[in-house]
Amino acid sequence: MVNRQLFEPLLASDQAAVQTRPITTYGQDAWRRLKEHKLAMVGFYTVVVIMLIAVIGPWISHASYSDQNLMLANQAPSGEHWFGTDNLGRDLFIRVLYGARISLSIGIVASLINLTLGVIYGGIAGLLGGRVDRIMMGIVDVLYGIPMLLYVILLMVVLQPGLTNIFIALGIAYWLGMARIVRGQILSLKEQEYVLAARTLGASNWQILYRHLIPNSMGPIIITMTLAIPEAIFTEAFLSFIGLGVAAPMASWGVLSSEGVTSLRSYPFQLFFPAMAISITMLAFIFLGDGLRDALDPRTRR
Amino acid sequence: MLRYTLKRFVSSVVVLLAIITITFLLMHAIPGGPFSSEKKISPAIMKNIEQHYHLNDPLWQQYIDYLANLSRFDLGPSFKYEGRRVNDMIRESFPVSLELGMVSISLAILIGIPAGALAALRQNKWQDYIIMLLSTIGVSVPSFVLATLLIYVFALKLSLLPAAMWGDVEFVILPALALASHPTAFIARLTRSSMLEVLAQDYIKTARGKGLSQIVILYRHALSNALIPVVTYIGPMAAGILTGSFIIETIFAIPGLGRHFVTSIYNRDYTVILGVTVFYSLLIISLNLVVDLIYPQLDPRIKLTSKEGG
Repeated sequence: MVNRQLFEPLLASDQAAVQTRPITTYGQDAWRRLKEHKLAMVGFYTVVVIMLIAVIGPWISHASYSDQNLMLANQAPSGEHWFGTDNLGRDLFIRVLYGARISLSIGIVASLINLTLGVIYGGIAGLLGGRVDRIMMGIVDVLYGIPMLLYVILLMVVLQPGLTNIFIALGIAYWLGMARIVRGQILSLKEQEYVLAARTLGASNWQILYRHLIPNSMGPIIITMTLAIPEAIFTEAFLSFIGLGVAAPMASWGVLSSEGVTSLRSYPFQLFFPAMAISITMLAFIFLGDGLRDALDPRTRR
Repeated sequence: MLRYTLKRFVSSVVVLLAIITITFLLMHAIPGGPFSSEKKISPAIMKNIEQHYHLNDPLWQQYIDYLANLSRFDLGPSFKYEGRRVNDMIRESFPVSLELGMVSISLAILIGIPAGALAALRQNKWQDYIIMLLSTIGVSVPSFVLATLLIYVFALKLSLLPAAMWGDVEFVILPALALASHPTAFIARLTRSSMLEVLAQDYIKTARGKGLSQIVILYRHALSNALIPVVTYIGPMAAGILTGSFIIETIFAIPGLGRHFVTSIYNRDYTVILGVTVFYSLLIISLNLVVDLIYPQLDPRIKLTSKEGG
């Protein structure tokens, strides 16, 4: 029955009538959608496990990565030495654990340098626009056509092999992609109303860039970084192979694999384990990166 | 169009000049110079050597000389191999690398495109899953690992193919497979995603509606448009094959330019490193130029303007 009571206004204090649902932030939303992506979660947990191994693995191992024992050279995998030993009798399992630390730090530091350079360069070009943008992006387009690996090699020859120099060489060679992505994002974001609002309130270019534009471009930046890490690990493996990797007795996975290649005929396991480590890490990061692309890309946001 | 071509050409020349300058300066930034790592040489002989290679000229003089020589396509002498010139090394060994590279690129295209197209047509069916699985593995396994696995299985265990060296067709197969794995996987992924995009377009529905056969739709309408992004990958692919050949040629002991380059890195043979870098850069930049100029011919939707702001 329709009666008067149905049309009475609610009291302001009546909570039950106020229908709310929890506000989901961008991050929560992305995480929810990442969780739906099975392969991405496999990648995510694998990356977490690999990182844990890299951080705590070497602490709990009983021997050092450089402990030699020539009596135990080239032993096959056993209960004592899970991955066997190398030609100097060093435990390969421990070397692979340490390798995780070195390879991952190369991947992460190099992509952080890429990130910094790319965000600054792309940010400035996108924000200022016009002639500055044309010139800056013209330079990027031009550099894009150069086979960068050749210059990484050249740089490593000049700088001499070593961990720090790998960081530097990889960091300064591969920021172009990041610069392009950040610039594209900022170019489209800076026309948004909230930027106009900030500008009307008197915010400077720099404030707008780092308070509004860069945080809002985080999605594509994270995706690019996730895919840059395995790329750097790959490149380091390549450099190790041609003798420009980290210096002995330190060993990245690249160094371990290239050592394994030389003894393939007699001791194939020496290649197998470090190669597996590289491949699993690559796969994990690629799965994670693909999943993040789906989860963070605003165009696919439902 | 003409303006664009001219502009692209000029910018390529500028890049090349910049590259030459950077490589030249980098090479001269090496502490100690090219001969300092060798056995103790008496100062008089050292001086003679430096005289012979013009190393004690002022830097700008060396730079001008280098440019002048380059303009005659003369890359200078090797510092390690007496009497050998970088030009001769390139002339002898590049054809080998070129052959290997061409076979690999053909493999990548001939396998990658059909695989990607098949995966797109059978999206979310078993064919798609298998192709995607293989291509993901292809992207994530380093080529030297694949190369050694191929040698281990086909040369050492099965004794079907030679493990190293260069010669007839059977010598090409394993290194070409190893070198092609990465680009093949990449092309397959690229073709699949662009094919999926094209298949969802209205003109494909129109073609279906008109009653065209599946094959005509596939070849005439879908594939020709889906392949346009693949063309842009030619430049990076060539660069990847080129640098990939450093490793593959070293593993298979193939007497190509890639192996020479790696050897010259081990030996710190600076003129060879410099010369090969410049040569390869020239190659890649010219290729990129050609691809950029051909690209718009394939897709009438792309218009070239010389004032493209981005």
